[in-house]
Amino acid sequence: MKNTTVLKNQSEKAILVTKGKPSFLKRFLREFNRGKYVYLMLVPVVLYYLIFHYWPMIGIVIAFQDYIPGVGFFESSWVGLKHFTEFFNSYYFWRLIKNTFLINFWLLIFGFPAPIILALLLNEVRNRIFKRSVQTITYIPHFISLVVVVGIIKDFTATDGMINQLRDLMGAGSIPFLQFPEYFRTIYVSSEVWQTIGWSSIIYFAALSNVNPNLYEAAEIDGAGRFRKMWHITLPAIRPTIVIILILTLGNLLSTGFEKILLLYQPLTYETADVISTYVYRKGIEHSAFSFATAVGLFNTMVNFTLLIIANAISRRISDNSLW
Amino acid sequence: MQHSKTTGDKIFDSSVYILLTILMVLSIYPIYYILVASLSSVSEIAKHGSLMLIPQGFTIDSYIAVFQNELILKGFRNSVFYVVLGTTINIVLTTLAAYALSRKWLMGRKILMFSIVFTMFFTGGLIPNYMIVQQLGMYNTIWALLLPGAMSAWNLILMRTYFMGLPNSLEESARIDGANDFQILLRIILPLSKPIIAVMVLFYAVGHWNSWFAASIYLQNRELYPLQLILREILIQGRVSDFGGDTANVTHQVAKNLKYATIIVSTIPILVVYPFIQKYFVKGVMLGSLKE
Repeated sequence: MKNTTVLKNQSEKAILVTKGKPSFLKRFLREFNRGKYVYLMLVPVVLYYLIFHYWPMIGIVIAFQDYIPGVGFFESSWVGLKHFTEFFNSYYFWRLIKNTFLINFWLLIFGFPAPIILALLLNEVRNRIFKRSVQTITYIPHFISLVVVVGIIKDFTATDGMINQLRDLMGAGSIPFLQFPEYFRTIYVSSEVWQTIGWSSIIYFAALSNVNPNLYEAAEIDGAGRFRKMWHITLPAIRPTIVIILILTLGNLLSTGFEKILLLYQPLTYETADVISTYVYRKGIEHSAFSFATAVGLFNTMVNFTLLIIANAISRRISDNSLW
Repeated sequence: MQHSKTTGDKIFDSSVYILLTILMVLSIYPIYYILVASLSSVSEIAKHGSLMLIPQGFTIDSYIAVFQNELILKGFRNSVFYVVLGTTINIVLTTLAAYALSRKWLMGRKILMFSIVFTMFFTGGLIPNYMIVQQLGMYNTIWALLLPGAMSAWNLILMRTYFMGLPNSLEESARIDGANDFQILLRIILPLSKPIIAVMVLFYAVGHWNSWFAASIYLQNRELYPLQLILREILIQGRVSDFGGDTANVTHQVAKNLKYATIIVSTIPILVVYPFIQKYFVKGVMLGSLKE
């Protein structure tokens, strides 16, 4: 196997013929020498990943310790699963699970299909100027910073804001929406869809350009109308893209939205707005309970990772599309 | 489409146009309203409420106030600095990694790529990252904003995909002429890669411009605050002292048109360049849709 791959390379064939099969060490050194400049390029990259990604993974060990601030990762006393049991038994555990699940569930229900529908609709538009305008305009919210988006939400939902003015016109009283837990998910999910629908549709739109036009002609001969062509040809054609994006979405489910919730929630709405990642933030950064917060964070990461693996496995079984 | 349309097709067509028009209005109206209201007087905003199509009681006082505000100006300057320096670091690292990992003959390429992609799905989490920044002595320095996010695995994948699509023959002939990998990267690969570099610069730059979280946990020195943190104080926490207001009176709010002008000033840098670079953005996302 190794020999055949080596033989494919013309320049190395000559060396092989004269010297016979070189030892592993010799081959290793030759390959290393060949890539020496490339390895040099990789030095800062490898250092970056070691320091800022793999070192923190080692830092997870403090989840199993009573960490004393200011010392190394391995110098505090070990306490086993104490912080995990504390979290699982705490009053907040089920509330956090429920909030995290529900926010992401509704986001998935509304946020995931929205860009697909937009791409399908755009694909039906023949007027190029109109199509281009829709794209340009719906991408814009993606570039507005989170701070500004939340600032706008806050302004529009305030008692003297846009939404309450509309309510006044209809004779309904004004409501300080952001102070009531029951509105939090609606505000969060709808603003998220508003901000991401256009940008997320690009990837589906790109996939749509690869659909074979002959299929449409054949369907037309069979008498299919516009809607049936969309349903039976266009949609199946982008199914692989849909599946891949769905797996990626599921794999990042519990970690997305953290920064937005942090900006948007307040103690009055913790009841529905507080999710695992924001809880980690409050415990760890604000209250310096490093070990406990790391344990909760690790729990979050593990759930995420498990979701990714399950989604990938299911998808591989039923649709032949998978990340690995 | 030369065929005569059936009634069903016509209904379908009109519904598509109507739906998309509604979507366009919904997408743009909040921003349009803020632009219009920022150019209106406070009393007119209160009178007309949420429906304003052109500025009422036209005034640019709010903009004058914003541009005279030292905090906003300083935040603006800091943000520009972070964008320039941060994006430079991002581009250098991403280009080096993308070049290296797109060399198909490189020993160890697969394991390196896997180790990098793995970090997209498994991380140490917020707290260990926070502690490492502190242990490295980067707390309350600009490096805390620039180094922990020095490159993104996702952007690396995009750039690597692009590099792998470039023809091999150029590289091979350069190698025969005795060029080493640094020379190949600088003289052959980079000149062919302007579109992807444009995409990367824009992705990273927008990311830096809009980022606030790292600054909020790592910076204490207000002199170093990026614009987004100042915006958070004005727009979300309603800190009127940022606008020279009376802090003792907590019910006092920053005037609406001041808020709106702040939003416009902070968003303009991106919205102005956006139409010119839109095609590159789209190209960048499309590259990502190519599976490994």
